[in-house]
Amino acid sequence: MTTQVFKIPDSLRKDVKYSFCPGCDHGVAVRLVAEVLDELNLKEKAILAASIGCSVTIYDFLNVDSIESPHGRAMAEATGVKRARPDKFVFTYQGDGDFASIGLAESLHAALRGEKISAICINNTTYGMTGGQLGPTTLLGQVTTTSPTGRNLEYYGYPIKIAEHIALCEGTAFSARVSLDTVANIRKAKEAIKKAFEVQIKGLGFGFVEILSTCPTNWKMTPDQAHERVRNEMMKTFVPGIYKDITNNKQAVLV
Amino acid sequence: MTQCLAEKKVLTKGNYAIAQAAILAGCECYFGYPITPQSEIGEFMSGKMQELNRAYVSAESELAAINMVIGACSTGAKAMTSSSSCAVSLMQEALSYATSDQLPVVLVSVMRGGPGLGNIYPSQGDYFQATKGGGNGDYKLIVLAPSTVQECADLTYKAFYLAHKYKNPTVLLADGLLGQMMEPVEFKDYTYPEIDNSSWALTGAKGRDGRVIRSYAPLAEDQCVFLEKLYQKYKTIEENETEWEEIGTEDADILFISFGSTSRNVKTAVKMCREKGIKAGMLRPITLYPFPNKRIKELSEKVKKVITVEVNMGQMINDVKLAVNGKVPVELINKPVGAPPAPEEILLKVEDLI
Amino acid sequence: MSNIVIDSNKCKACYLCIKECPKNLIRVSEKTNNLGNKVVEFNDPENKCIGCAMCATRCPDLAITEVYRG
Repeated sequence: MTTQVFKIPDSLRKDVKYSFCPGCDHGVAVRLVAEVLDELNLKEKAILAASIGCSVTIYDFLNVDSIESPHGRAMAEATGVKRARPDKFVFTYQGDGDFASIGLAESLHAALRGEKISAICINNTTYGMTGGQLGPTTLLGQVTTTSPTGRNLEYYGYPIKIAEHIALCEGTAFSARVSLDTVANIRKAKEAIKKAFEVQIKGLGFGFVEILSTCPTNWKMTPDQAHERVRNEMMKTFVPGIYKDITNNKQAVLV
Repeated sequence: MTQCLAEKKVLTKGNYAIAQAAILAGCECYFGYPITPQSEIGEFMSGKMQELNRAYVSAESELAAINMVIGACSTGAKAMTSSSSCAVSLMQEALSYATSDQLPVVLVSVMRGGPGLGNIYPSQGDYFQATKGGGNGDYKLIVLAPSTVQECADLTYKAFYLAHKYKNPTVLLADGLLGQMMEPVEFKDYTYPEIDNSSWALTGAKGRDGRVIRSYAPLAEDQCVFLEKLYQKYKTIEENETEWEEIGTEDADILFISFGSTSRNVKTAVKMCREKGIKAGMLRPITLYPFPNKRIKELSEKVKKVITVEVNMGQMINDVKLAVNGKVPVELINKPVGAPPAPEEILLKVEDLI
Repeated sequence: MSNIVIDSNKCKACYLCIKECPKNLIRVSEKTNNLGNKVVEFNDPENKCIGCAMCATRCPDLAITEVYRG
């Protein structure tokens, strides 16, 4: 007997074609979100607060009700949606610049308030849409168009470890960092997204997943080399793992 | 305070009147951040909204507050925030988005002295901010300007109605004087019709494709089509919703134009002028956008002089000059900030000007 | 019989799937799609595909649209 083990998720728009660059992991992340929406049967009650950056057109891909947000304000808009309609499933899909630089106040306070919202944050260590500038997650030493000799402490300071910060907020129910560099890790990433969605459904608090992702175009690498970089460089600073899971007694600790 | 407003007719502050009227208008969500001279609105709402099991969030900033309003409005909910001057500056980006997203945002702006941090004295220095906007692109906000505490309540009702009717952000532009002064106010029944938003509100994509509320228009042609349509809507608003009050304009030689709390002193000044044999009248725009420029143009054919009275360095006078279009001289009697010019002061200046 | 379906018009020629296939059944074809990309093709004359879906899981562009295991 033959069974279908893979299909395009129903929560994506019909005949969807991504506008991402070749090899960009955004495409995988969006698909995982759609698969989880399918599996948890959320499509018909989901409302997305979209963001600015390479994820700006996500509402062209996900077939859910969506409100666009100004840069950094997705979490505020999601809060507004959820407070107005607590029976809906509300989530954001943001880049690291949107979530952790211009929108850091909104992100931390949503977590502190324990908003019943799920947030996906793509960490690719750069501002991709604008051509590869230094962002909040750019690694020390990393060359970008605005750190031409590499990120140094004197001029730029340190990158932010988002999942750890969110885990320290008492309103957070789940915070994890995952990666899309291998198929095994893609499958783990999907489990984390599912968990971040489930804590909202159960009314437990804020659910968060930081996804280590690639930007082959601005990193000037092949998609394969980009995944190597995720493994060999990014994971040293941004260690994958579950930083908080109140359903599993895992609490955030300062190390 | 909550208790005293349970009565229909009460003596109360403008800020409380606005908050109570918002509750009676069916406001489902309040998001705010404190700033003098409007903090009583948030204080009142924090208690009352929770009591009524409606949404209230002490936002982390005005940026967050106005964007929370956008989020709530995207679901069709009646939602609002309130703020003042320098903090309303922070909201300009979101107001631009909300006009483009065509969302029924209600913003109460209680003006204080500026620019910058300025001070907490009353002011009308944000006429430009409200009517011209500090956000990017072509857009307009509907702007209502109360002059009494009673109007603070009545125009709050109207702000919710117009915002939802036209799917356009609407500003109630009060000032520190109105926010803090106490007057008798009667809370009438909210009789404006409820607007059906089922064709656009985000409710979850049940049995249909996902709706997108967006301003992003990557193609120039799309943006052109959108803006033409948006400005058609503004034309309708201008035709249907322009509102003003007139006193003594039938035979006036001198026409005062003044809005908000300042117009109260001008009203007295009109009487004093007439006692001195100066035939004065006043036009008070109640909607600052749409502005009563047609009526001002008509009146400028009959009067000898137009004088705007404002508590700023002269802002509305620009719109008045456009309407008068050089027919008669347009003068300014102003005070940069603080209590409006006293009627006696206005009278002295008028005598100087003629 | 296990099998995959490729929508070659969505292929952006990142070739990530080629490395992923444990049976080396995906290769660069001679065909060019409407995006101007030299697309991948599935070549399994001996029915070696095990339907693991690693290729589809890896593909960032939804170009591998269906996977069957049997």
